[in-house]
Amino acid sequence: MLEKMIIGRYIPGTSFVHRLDPRSKLLFIFFFIFLVFLANNPLTYTLLLAFTLFIVKLSGIRFTYLYNGLKIIFYLIAFMFLMHVIFTKGGSVLIQLPFGTIEEEGVRQGLFISIRFFSLIVVTTILTLTTSPISITDGVELLLGPLKAINVPVHELALMMSISLRFIPTLMDETDKIVKAQVARGSDLHTGSLKERLQAVVPLLVPLFVSAFKRAGDLATAMEVRGYRGGEGRTRYRQLTWRWQDTAALLSLFVVAGLLIYFRH
Amino acid sequence: MDVSFERVGFRYAVNTPFETEALHDVDVTMPSQSYTAIVGHTGSGKSTLLLHLNGLLKPTTGTVKIGDRVLTAETKGKQLRTIRSEVGIVFQFPEHQLFEETVERDIMFGPMNFGVPEEEARRRAHELVDLLGLPEGTLEKSPFDLSGGQMRRVAIAGVLAFEPNVLVLDEPTAGLDPKGRKEMMELFYRLHQEKQLTTVLVTHSMEDAARYADQLVIMHEGTAVAQGPPEQLFADETLIESYRLDVPQSVHFQRQFERKWGVSLPICLTEERLADEIARVLKRGEPNA
Amino acid sequence: MSQTIPIVEAKNVSFTYVPENKDVRFALQDVSFHVQRGDWVAIVGHNGSGKSTLAQLMIGLLLPISGEMKLFGSIYTEENVWDIRARLGIVFQNPDNQFVGATVQDDVAFALENRGVPHEEMVRRVEEALRVVNMDQFLTAEPHHLSGGQKQRVAIAGAIAQHPELLILDEATSMLDPQGRAEVIQTVKALRDTIDLTVLSITHDLEEVLLADHVIVMNEGRCLMTGTPEEIFANGMELETIGLDLPFALKMAQLLEQQGLPLQEQVMTEEELVNALWTYHSSV
Repeated sequence: MLEKMIIGRYIPGTSFVHRLDPRSKLLFIFFFIFLVFLANNPLTYTLLLAFTLFIVKLSGIRFTYLYNGLKIIFYLIAFMFLMHVIFTKGGSVLIQLPFGTIEEEGVRQGLFISIRFFSLIVVTTILTLTTSPISITDGVELLLGPLKAINVPVHELALMMSISLRFIPTLMDETDKIVKAQVARGSDLHTGSLKERLQAVVPLLVPLFVSAFKRAGDLATAMEVRGYRGGEGRTRYRQLTWRWQDTAALLSLFVVAGLLIYFRH
Repeated sequence: MDVSFERVGFRYAVNTPFETEALHDVDVTMPSQSYTAIVGHTGSGKSTLLLHLNGLLKPTTGTVKIGDRVLTAETKGKQLRTIRSEVGIVFQFPEHQLFEETVERDIMFGPMNFGVPEEEARRRAHELVDLLGLPEGTLEKSPFDLSGGQMRRVAIAGVLAFEPNVLVLDEPTAGLDPKGRKEMMELFYRLHQEKQLTTVLVTHSMEDAARYADQLVIMHEGTAVAQGPPEQLFADETLIESYRLDVPQSVHFQRQFERKWGVSLPICLTEERLADEIARVLKRGEPNA
Repeated sequence: MSQTIPIVEAKNVSFTYVPENKDVRFALQDVSFHVQRGDWVAIVGHNGSGKSTLAQLMIGLLLPISGEMKLFGSIYTEENVWDIRARLGIVFQNPDNQFVGATVQDDVAFALENRGVPHEEMVRRVEEALRVVNMDQFLTAEPHHLSGGQKQRVAIAGAIAQHPELLILDEATSMLDPQGRAEVIQTVKALRDTIDLTVLSITHDLEEVLLADHVIVMNEGRCLMTGTPEEIFANGMELETIGLDLPFALKMAQLLEQQGLPLQEQVMTEEELVNALWTYHSSV
């Protein structure tokens, strides 16, 4: 089940989207959220949908992969669509059903909302699929850099984020081992009342916390001995380079925004 | 309790792009009360094999038989629990599984999960603390206040407490100092004999495999490539070399000695045995005499 | 002058984790030793003998209660702690818990970033250090795709990239499988051949001990013995009781002696043992 989820996963590649600077991708997403709300008629929604599909195409990520990975969310969108179709009334009656009617406005609203959600989910997923978590962290750190002036600990936050990301697989392994050890001792996670199941989590959580704290302590020691004392005077190994493609990506966004504004009513 | 693997295959993440084969065509038998050592390099499938012994993984193909019980891809809930109560696994760094407020309660966790009455579980905890040589008063302590070696013993007690018939040990001495390692291995051997356990040891130490096991299984690229008494397998130089394994140091030295003297000794799996044989040769005077 | 200053010098160092409780045995009691430039020193002892506390004192995470722990001729102070640490590298026991970076190259660069090394210089040093430990083909690998031995080699590279004078291995091989252990030992050996490096390894791995020029044996917080590996192992049985294994050849020699075959000279390797046996045999 979890293996199939693709939210937060990164697929290495060399597509146009892969090679964009994480900063431009983050800015792109930020503005895209506003863009989505500019569409308000069939033409603009079609335009939005086309733009989304064009981004997917550029990323080199296969549609089937996206579909399989986002299945649950697509079901959710389909459900929303149905709700609108059944409950939103207005316009002419399209179909007469024994329990009620399906009306034009329902289908319309359903489609619009679905496209809006679809675009948002797909474009953000493309961002994470094409950008390694550490690049996202770098992007966030650099974009938020100016906030240091008002004493926001941007460097510390970014470091925390990157260390958390680095330890996710380690802690997943650890959890898996602890689960196996406790199940081998007869712990039962899948049956019993809610209370029993909650109690069954204790033998997992305690060792996991003990180990996480031990790791955190060890890591702090290792960092200190390697000369870490905050962001002051530090240089960066990872460098980001803004290229003309990044500027182009952001410009395309504004072009589409212009079109949407022009064609909406 | 007899344990056997029949044409066992296992794949991770079936029907996803990440599907990988971890085991194929594994045929292994571990007779009741035998001591089997499983050796092989990291990634050879040792750990995956071990997880099949109590149904933490279920074979994708083939069957695992544990006593009268059969484990296949279809085995579910209740049967799995029965199997698990018969097979105890001491994982690598078992002290990482401790969680209770007191040592006593941690040891009682396993047996009580498997339906042993509380009084009986407590009795066993007391008995095991003695058996494992833990100091008096340990039972009331928090497991997290103990030394590393003591924590490991408590964790082992927690597995022994549900009185499994089969005891599986995954690198049980990892991280211990040499003295601790030796004590631990001796302890398991004593338990093996006293409690008439069927013991399965997964190890990197050819010395331990040679000294304690009466049967050796070599794992290589996801399957069991050889199975037999250690004397026989360690004597087969080409076999050991083709899987890039080592022989115990005593055997290694025995070879050097044999070459220099031009003699052939019966295979010596321990230093003590080798010293005997060398003394015999030297006391006879002339080589080849 | 600088030649004569030891890299590490412990003078009557004592330490306890619970200074308020006088009944608890001190973790270290009156420990003295020194490590000269270019040496390979092994500190051995059973778990709980105080050898890891020694490491903490050497990196300035703990300070002695009495006595002096000098690194490069100075004791740790508030002012010099970062400068002293810049001159040493340490590899700890758990390969996962010291891997800070998201990928191999980020981890090696970590100490350099902290010390403000310019970018071009950093890139050069990261590549160089990874080449030395033979991990240069894993530049962008993530830690969970590496074996324990590989992670420890990256940790060594992280230390080496700072061009340290002293490399401390704090049980760096104890959590590894035999292959990983061999990789790490091989790496340190190769390092010593290529760069001028003082090595201090805290260990109970016999092979690491045999590679050392000097061995310090710790027991119950005290320094029990110091000497070359040969001198230390000449003491035989005592070592086994404090948790160190004997080299195979020595163990055999002892067993043979019990069989009524006393060998004349001390043997450390299998080859020496075969030869000693041959000599013995010819002399009979």
